[in-house]
Amino acid sequence: MITAEQKPLDEIREMIAPYKRLLVLGCGSCVAECAAGGEKETSMLASTLRMAAKMEGQEKVIREKTLERQCVKEFVLLLDDMIRDYDALLSLGCGAGVQAVADMFPEIPVIPALNTEFLGETKDQGLWVENCLGCGDCMLYHFGGVCPLARCSKHLLNGPCGGSVGGKCEINPEIPCAWQLIIDRLEQHHGLERLESIYPPKDWSKKQGRGPRKIIREDQQR
Amino acid sequence: MSRLKSILDQGEFAVTAECGPPKGADPDVIVKKAALLRGKVDAVNVTDNQTAIVRMSSLAACALLKNQGLDPVLQAVVRDRNRIALQSDILGASALGIRNVLCLSGDHQGFGNQPQAVGVFDLDSIQFLQVVRRMRDQGVILGGEPLSKAPDLFIGAAANPFGDPFNFRVVRLAKKVAAGAEFIQTQCIYNLERFEKWMTMARDRGLTEKVHILGGVTPLKSAGMARYMKNRVAGMDVPDGIIRRMEGAPAKRQAEEGLKICAETIRRLKEMPGVKGVHIMAIEWEERVGELVERAGLLPRPPSPSPVPSHRGRGNPGDRH
Repeated sequence: MITAEQKPLDEIREMIAPYKRLLVLGCGSCVAECAAGGEKETSMLASTLRMAAKMEGQEKVIREKTLERQCVKEFVLLLDDMIRDYDALLSLGCGAGVQAVADMFPEIPVIPALNTEFLGETKDQGLWVENCLGCGDCMLYHFGGVCPLARCSKHLLNGPCGGSVGGKCEINPEIPCAWQLIIDRLEQHHGLERLESIYPPKDWSKKQGRGPRKIIREDQQR
Repeated sequence: MSRLKSILDQGEFAVTAECGPPKGADPDVIVKKAALLRGKVDAVNVTDNQTAIVRMSSLAACALLKNQGLDPVLQAVVRDRNRIALQSDILGASALGIRNVLCLSGDHQGFGNQPQAVGVFDLDSIQFLQVVRRMRDQGVILGGEPLSKAPDLFIGAAANPFGDPFNFRVVRLAKKVAAGAEFIQTQCIYNLERFEKWMTMARDRGLTEKVHILGGVTPLKSAGMARYMKNRVAGMDVPDGIIRRMEGAPAKRQAEEGLKICAETIRRLKEMPGVKGVHIMAIEWEERVGELVERAGLLPRPPSPSPVPSHRGRGNPGDRH
């Protein structure tokens, strides 16, 4: 999932200051799972902003709506008959959601309410961790299902570095050393010999070599 | 050619030291450090923005040392340069007459004075070693394109026998040797017992036959420094016995005690099978290195090998064979 966190309220208020009629737009997908931009968070943010406007005697219309997904055209189209009532949108979507909505309605400013963070998993209640960079060439087989690019602070493909101590990363003793995890996992799978050979340099052209990436699937196209 | 390589090839116990470049543009700092180290050591490593603190570039400081008649070891980290810049610097270093390179990952940018910097880590240290070795031996860059002239470099890597997981440490050493490392400089050794265990594992895998291992040492200046190294520097193993020895000395005599411990360590390393030299990392304490080398019984240094005719206009000794 894509994870995100809400921006500080002051930053949000500064960005929305010039606008009188605002639609606060939530997203029911990833950002709902990470409790940053779902229906609940959207409603809370809208009320907070309404209250703040009222306290300062500002005349603002602030309404809210949550789409199932902001990053899929079919859902964004649902805004078509209401969007002209507003002079700005405050999106609680991830960076992809914000841009999908803005591309669909280029005449209206779409303001991000979240900082999009990373591709990760819900590890525990209230705990999300990064574990994928979206590199375009998955190497998890070789590393026992632990990604050294996403989880080793130095992205070492032939680790561990000299700073791995007691299973922890030198950068922050709260971070597990990804290479300790890789070695432990491969030992369990009787695959440690995989680490004896030198893993070659990563082909980064699959991630960033030709500008923004796209996937074209003719079998899915109408 | 590399003085370090010739010393090791002759079977002499090599002595290298470290020279940290200044946080500024003054070349005299390097000239002064060169004067302190000249004749006391065989080669001088120049750190590459160590602990991710911005300093004069390792390449420039190496060129300055070279002008002072020393044999510099270019430390090059993959933290700040992608594969294009790394390969370019390797060619530049060789062109300037630098004959040794130490391929490193580098301290994470989060530790230094530019924590907002992007960490490049395009190659890792092992991939970098492999790239440099192919540049030198096969005269090609990554991807196979030929060079008009191959770089002439003695190629080294670092090893930390004190990191975890311990059993994998020697596997990583083996990977560095397979990638092309010809010499190894280790992390500072205070725990000789653990170092010896690691050396035994290296010997058992036949690695000491394939690579020159130089044991790393750092003289302690004070008990406070010993405690700091133990508690704050990841992957550093300072046994309690060393700390007690430092604490046992009166404050004014602690530096002396640190040098004494270090000289003893060097003598022990010299006796250890497979250890081919010592690498002295006297952090901003270059003025005591000569004395330390003398106390360890390693002065005078063997004379420089007979001057080798210039390579200019001829093939490199390391070229495509």
